[in-house]
Amino acid sequence: MLIIITFSPYRKTEKPLSSYEIEKQMHKIVSAIFLAENIKKIEIEAPRIAKKRKAGQFIMLRVGLSGERVPLTIADSDPEKGTITIIVQGMGKSTRELNTKVAGDTISDIVGPLGTPSHIEKFGTAVSIGGGVGTAIAYPTAVALKKAGNYVITINGARSKELVILENEMKAVSDEAYITTDDGSYGFHGFVTQKLQELIDSGKKIDYVLAIGPIPMMRAIAEVTRPYNIKTMVSLNPVMVDGTGMCGGCRVAVDNQIKFACVDGPEFDAHHVDFKNLTDRNKLYLPEEKQSAEAFAHKCNMQ
Amino acid sequence: MATQRITTKERLAIPRQEMPSQRADVRNKNFKEVNLGYTAELAQTEALRCIQCKDPVCIKGCPVNIKIDQFIKLIADGNFLGAARKIKEDNVLPAICGRVCPQEDQCEKACILTKKHKSVAIGNLERFAADYERETGNVELPTVRASTGKKVAVIGSGPAGLSCANDLIQLGHSVTVFEALHELGGVLVYGIPEFRLPKEIVKSEIDGLKLLGVTFITNTVAGRSITVDELLKEEGFDAVFIGVGAGLPWFMGIPGENLLGVYSANEFLTRVNLMKSYQFPDNDTPVFNCKGKNVAVFGGGNTAMDAVRTAKRLGAEHAYIVYRRSEAEMPARLEEVHHAREEGIEFLMLMNPLEFVGNEQQWLTGAKCLRMELGEPDDSGRRRPVPIKDSEFILPIDMAVISIGNGSNPLIKQTTPDIEVSKRDTIVVDINTMATSKDDVYAGGDIVTGGATVILAMGAGRTAARAIHEKLSATARPAHD
Ligand SMILES: Cc1cc2nc3c(=O)[nH]c(=O)nc-3n(C[C@H](O)[C@H](O)[C@H](O)COP(=O)(O)OP(=O)(O)OC[C@H]3O[C@@H](n4cnc5c(N)ncnc54)[C@H](O)[C@@H]3O)c2cc1C
Ligand SMILES: Cc1cc2nc3c(=O)[nH]c(=O)nc-3n(C[C@H](O)[C@H](O)[C@H](O)COP(=O)(O)OP(=O)(O)OC[C@H]3O[C@@H](n4cnc5c(N)ncnc54)[C@H](O)[C@@H]3O)c2cc1C
Ligand code: SF4
Ligand code: SF4
Ligand code: FES
Repeated sequence: MLIIITFSPYRKTEKPLSSYEIEKQMHKIVSAIFLAENIKKIEIEAPRIAKKRKAGQFIMLRVGLSGERVPLTIADSDPEKGTITIIVQGMGKSTRELNTKVAGDTISDIVGPLGTPSHIEKFGTAVSIGGGVGTAIAYPTAVALKKAGNYVITINGARSKELVILENEMKAVSDEAYITTDDGSYGFHGFVTQKLQELIDSGKKIDYVLAIGPIPMMRAIAEVTRPYNIKTMVSLNPVMVDGTGMCGGCRVAVDNQIKFACVDGPEFDAHHVDFKNLTDRNKLYLPEEKQSAEAFAHKCNMQ
Repeated sequence: MATQRITTKERLAIPRQEMPSQRADVRNKNFKEVNLGYTAELAQTEALRCIQCKDPVCIKGCPVNIKIDQFIKLIADGNFLGAARKIKEDNVLPAICGRVCPQEDQCEKACILTKKHKSVAIGNLERFAADYERETGNVELPTVRASTGKKVAVIGSGPAGLSCANDLIQLGHSVTVFEALHELGGVLVYGIPEFRLPKEIVKSEIDGLKLLGVTFITNTVAGRSITVDELLKEEGFDAVFIGVGAGLPWFMGIPGENLLGVYSANEFLTRVNLMKSYQFPDNDTPVFNCKGKNVAVFGGGNTAMDAVRTAKRLGAEHAYIVYRRSEAEMPARLEEVHHAREEGIEFLMLMNPLEFVGNEQQWLTGAKCLRMELGEPDDSGRRRPVPIKDSEFILPIDMAVISIGNGSNPLIKQTTPDIEVSKRDTIVVDINTMATSKDDVYAGGDIVTGGATVILAMGAGRTAARAIHEKLSATARPAHD
């Protein structure tokens, strides 16, 4: 939250300043550590958001004054300490630049919490599935599901052992925790979908599935659960600009209707999402993203 | 100049002074301001055209009732600073209104000269006086009354919020403005392009408010970061003014709207203006590369004109306005339509899109349109467009911008259910006070009227400020320094 306070000779107020007026101007990074190659966990001072946020919500931040507004899920928060935690995968220019930040650096603009919180209730047996950095996004909702009294099963997939993140955190909130790797270097050898199918086939009664990860993964999970009519939610990641419902750039097709992911979502019923359209729309800026990333890599090499 | 001695006949003989502007074929390639502003000489000459009516009807045409005859006289007399200050008694954002007001429907329409001659160029003169004051560094800070000890929260930093904040701070209340985005100014910053309203001007108006002591807090979304109830109960504000504008762009609900290359005007303009993507890659946010492409903007309002002229500036080969009715019905300001035409914008009137079509990769390739003709007048008295049978054709385009208006953002409504809203989700207020159905909560601007104008939003902010002041004064201790 950028606060511009002006000390004016005119300013006289007898009432105490609201907590907003005394808050700090910039958001300081408290800690920043790599969890895996290219995936960084960053804890940032943002007291108000820390107090307010619920599972499933996100922030938008700008790394610098010419930066994009980048949406990132709030993976965790500590209301006492006044910090939020984000887990960032370096994809292109903005996220890679963010991942060069270290403790003590500051971020100028952070807005949140945005998005509709995850719908949490006692479903019975709830399976939380995370693919890659999606695990970080699924984590807070898994915590909330556990708190609500669900029997929580977590399945976390990665390409290989080095890329597994949040293993201990996930274990701590799960009644059953599984790791899958594509290359079999750790845990179950195969995809998260196969593990889910295995659980279903073993006769487990599953009442709810939350799946977050790359679009092809979420799409495949939707097809696994569809025949059994298991309620399945996914968190969508369309390109966003404002994050407040003003631009419509984040629109996704759900049940053939236009929904704005930043206000109506980001979680939607997987069985009604048009994943193909989302995949296509996310390619809109490929050439520009490539150009930015190359220029950024070049700049880094020069230094 | 000896203004006293000039006769009415002589005044009427002076032609309306044209606003100097950048050449059309130059300006349609840059983002610099189109209009260059009057020189002092042009301004004084134009001011002499005003016959100083006994009953200046022009004033009634201005939603905030600027003392038009008086400020124009001051310009004629060469007292430009005096003119600026006279305007500011009623309008806190004259440099902005002088540029973007639909004058031909307001003050200038009412001007007595309009019937037989061309109206006095009131907007141009207003702009001149305000620019003169700012550019010569003579902006005078108004006096601020002694503190009342009362605190007001203003949500949204568009014209409604800014004018409300301005009046309340001068009346001695403490004012904090909360803005969702990282920049202040609302539509003035993210919607209206630089070439029509330089952002420096908006910034300087806001800096003036900061000097008066208004606190601005960006990156705060009311309804998400904080609720109206929390502002009143936990943060100690005595009243809240809601000026969140019309958010939520409408789409047309026709097939193909999710194809790549179909934008809402809000998204296109926000990327270009707020995120400065016309300076990509120096700024990180990209926008559709219009260079050499065909772009169609669907709609006929100010927003549509801004979008189409922006596309042209980004290098579009053909930039079309596609509108369902005829040109006479277009709600955009006349000046903008005129400028757009000069810049090479192509107007396709009486045409209705049915569907967007795309290629294998889901990129937009065209819009299937239907030609219309004007039929019988409808309820609004405008002749209703009716489709011409079998007139379908495909307009080949690479980018489409939908500019058919905005609904209301639901965030406040969802989190403050005791504020009454209409069927269209606009906030319901008492128009004399701008009070909502919730105690101590006021609202004004586009969130109340639906998409309207800068000056109406400003007027609403002022009305609310007056009502808030009365309410707060009733309970305030006597002021002391
Ligand atoms: C609600 C939401 C929550 C998210 N949470 C996380 C998270 O917790 N951790 C994480 O690592 N990533 C998260 N993402 C994705 C993250 O926002 C993108 O990876 C990031 O914006 C990419 O920017 P870039 O410049 O680094 O890469 P680019 O090179 O610009 O883009 C790489 C890819 O990221 C996507 N992308 C680009 N710009 C945006 C944008 N403005 N908004 C959304 N997606 C974009 C596109 O699909 C693009 O192909 C989330 C996205 C959304 C919408
Ligand atoms: C492209 C375009 C061109 C236009 N051209 C003209 C013109 O030439 N002449 C003219 O008179 N009018 C024009 N208009 C209309 C005019 O700009 C609006 O009527 C006017 O800006 C409305 O003012 P407002 O203060 O009600 O809202 P806005 O200007 O919309 O400001 C609202 C502010 O509130 C913020 N906000 C929204 N929700 C929240 C929230 N929950 N919490 C905190 N902040 C929030 C927004 O980010 C925004 O900054 C144009 C509009 C557009 C879009
Ligand atoms: S504010 Fe607008 S309507 Fe009023 S005098 Fe100025 S230009 Fe005319
Ligand atoms: S109506 Fe026209 S001529 Fe008369 S005072 Fe107003 S601006 Fe001047
Ligand atoms: S990001 Fe603009 S409406 Fe969702």
